[in-house]
Amino acid sequence: MRLLQSDDQRDLASAVRAFLAETSPIGRVREIAESDAGHDPRVWERMAGELGLAGLAIPEEHGGSGAGRGELAAVLEELGAALTPSPLLGAVIAADLLLASGDSAAAKDLLPGIAAGTTLAVGVLPVPGDPEITASGGTLTGVAPRVPHGLDADLIIVPAGGELYAVRGADAARTALTTLDLTRPQARVEFAATPARHVGTADVDRALDLASVALAAEQLGGLRRCLDAIVEYAKLRVQFGRYVGSFQGVKHRLADMHCVLEQAEAVVRYATWAADEDPGELPVAAALAQSYLGRAYFRVARDHLLLHGGIGFTWEHDAHLYYKRAKTDELLLGAPRRHRERLAAHLDLLP
Amino acid sequence: MTELDDYTGRARAWLDGATADLPADPDLAAARAFMARLYDAGYSGITWPAAYGGQGLSAAEERAFQQASRDHPLPVGVFGIGLGMCGPTLLSIGTEEQKLRYVRPLLRGEEIWCQMFSEPGAGSDVASLQTRAVRREDGTWVINGQKVWTSVARQADYGLLIARTDPDVPKHQGITMFIVDLHHPGVTVRPLRDMTGESHFNEIFFDDVEVAPDHVVGEVNGGWSAAVTTLLHERVSIGMGGTRTERPASFAALSRTARERGLLADPAVRERLLDLYLQERPFDLLNAKLSQEVKAGVQPGARGSVVKLLLAELTLDSADIAGEILGPDAVAHGEGGGKIAGALAWGPGMALGGGTNEIMRNIIGDRVLGLPREPAVDRGVPFRELKVGTQAKEAGK
Repeated sequence: MRLLQSDDQRDLASAVRAFLAETSPIGRVREIAESDAGHDPRVWERMAGELGLAGLAIPEEHGGSGAGRGELAAVLEELGAALTPSPLLGAVIAADLLLASGDSAAAKDLLPGIAAGTTLAVGVLPVPGDPEITASGGTLTGVAPRVPHGLDADLIIVPAGGELYAVRGADAARTALTTLDLTRPQARVEFAATPARHVGTADVDRALDLASVALAAEQLGGLRRCLDAIVEYAKLRVQFGRYVGSFQGVKHRLADMHCVLEQAEAVVRYATWAADEDPGELPVAAALAQSYLGRAYFRVARDHLLLHGGIGFTWEHDAHLYYKRAKTDELLLGAPRRHRERLAAHLDLLP
Repeated sequence: MTELDDYTGRARAWLDGATADLPADPDLAAARAFMARLYDAGYSGITWPAAYGGQGLSAAEERAFQQASRDHPLPVGVFGIGLGMCGPTLLSIGTEEQKLRYVRPLLRGEEIWCQMFSEPGAGSDVASLQTRAVRREDGTWVINGQKVWTSVARQADYGLLIARTDPDVPKHQGITMFIVDLHHPGVTVRPLRDMTGESHFNEIFFDDVEVAPDHVVGEVNGGWSAAVTTLLHERVSIGMGGTRTERPASFAALSRTARERGLLADPAVRERLLDLYLQERPFDLLNAKLSQEVKAGVQPGARGSVVKLLLAELTLDSADIAGEILGPDAVAHGEGGGKIAGALAWGPGMALGGGTNEIMRNIIGDRVLGLPREPAVDRGVPFRELKVGTQAKEAGK
């Protein structure tokens, strides 16, 4: 079990960090968030083209670079830290669903565009309680109630009745949702006898495991950025004639948040390692990653907002952006109880 | 097969042989005899410099041996303070003569070490200690005072002690570290019965105990930084040692019990077990990660306080959760039971020994996160003018 990043992974992370600092600073994030655009197409184009991020975890035979989940996690940590409105996570889910489908013809047709970033694909992972989508005669009917970047997508990869389908985004009826987190837009996507290409079987469990690990990496990046921000502030802000970080009431909470960060990082490294190296261990590692990171990021984001005091409640301050992203991420793949239930099953705790 | 695999294989074979004839409950003589065998076989001080009796190998071999010994409970507990704290302190700041004289016998279990820092009036605020060391004209130091919470003092031959050597400067600046011979007639060791009902710790009284000048460790009046070095080793040693043995209230043990008792149908039981797993597993993974960092040459430093704090919380919380699983059986038991009651009674010790949870949080805040320190009312004030320990009582008279 390897729990340390490689030098290459660290180099990749710093390249992405530098790229995002240049192209997607927080002011630009806010502009995109408050506009109708779900993401910045120029940033996406450069991310996919110059940096090759869209195809990072896609095998070389399908136009990607065939890197591991560890490389992908390094990238997603940076996107999570920068709050970049980016369709990358959805594209990763789409590619993972396609790769697990066993349909090599569809993979050959669809993956090169996804890897190049020229086809913006999103994968749909239903949450328990979502309405059924049914397939009939080359069409789909039903509703995917919340699809991140669903409005931007050229291609929607969607499971229905245990099989997998690919639908052109433009063929579905899409309505933008009002989201708590403006940096991660979502859409209701409705299929009404919408033409759909059948793409083998839907291995939703594997795609959910991989998505759980990928999302956990984003959450780790956000968590670390929140802690950095509030530690920095606690060193500058003076009240009662003292830096607020010198009060034990503040210092001890920051220390506890740091303990959470240390453990969150270990969990993400472990889950990423399992995704790359140990398929047998992936399910429990993935369920652990979401059960731990979801709560961890939200609590750290919440406390980092609260410890800023009143300024943290203002629109102009960035704290609320992280708070909202953290809550959204915690629920993105299902409520915490879903991940805990999966974890309980893998730990043989179910009666 | 790599060289490391060879090493692990040899270690395992040696351990199988060496532990086969160990008595079930080894006494001190048996523990010493085992330590000597361990040393002679090359498994004590694996990463310590060969010049002082170590093996001069890398952390990889150390880890390989730890892993190989995981299934063999070794009777080395009594040597833990020496191996985990005193030895590393001597290696990092001791004189050449001290290293040559003391390290090899320490590694071979011929001499047992303890550490004497805390005092009745100096708990979290160790630097306010009142034990005095006064230099006679011939250079010999004479020590008077009292220490407390000293592990293995009854077995120990030597100990690292910090004492006040200059009361006229601020408290951190007038402390010196000494090597003290516990067999000196002026040393009185009294067991301290703790809340478990046993005596894990001792009080030590010093009555005109003489220490030769070459037994100063580090600089005269530079003992505080020496002590900080020792305490860093202590926290790493406690926190990272927490994964080596199976905890009685571990997730594995409690989920086994819950299954045997047919309790897993109860969602409240499953939730508590999941809570425990989500506390225990990330802690174990962090420990594994820190070990890999050490192997890669990154020392944990003050981050030892992170694992010390997390282990303390895990120890307390897991014993608490055990109550939910076992019900009244957790606190009332017949012959052969009592592991959970023992864990409940031991838990607070884990959260107090080696620094309280609050002190760990201060250290993480100050030294890991670099937060501004708490304004100290005693900063810059000569020790003599402070209200500390019995000095406060005298001042209040």
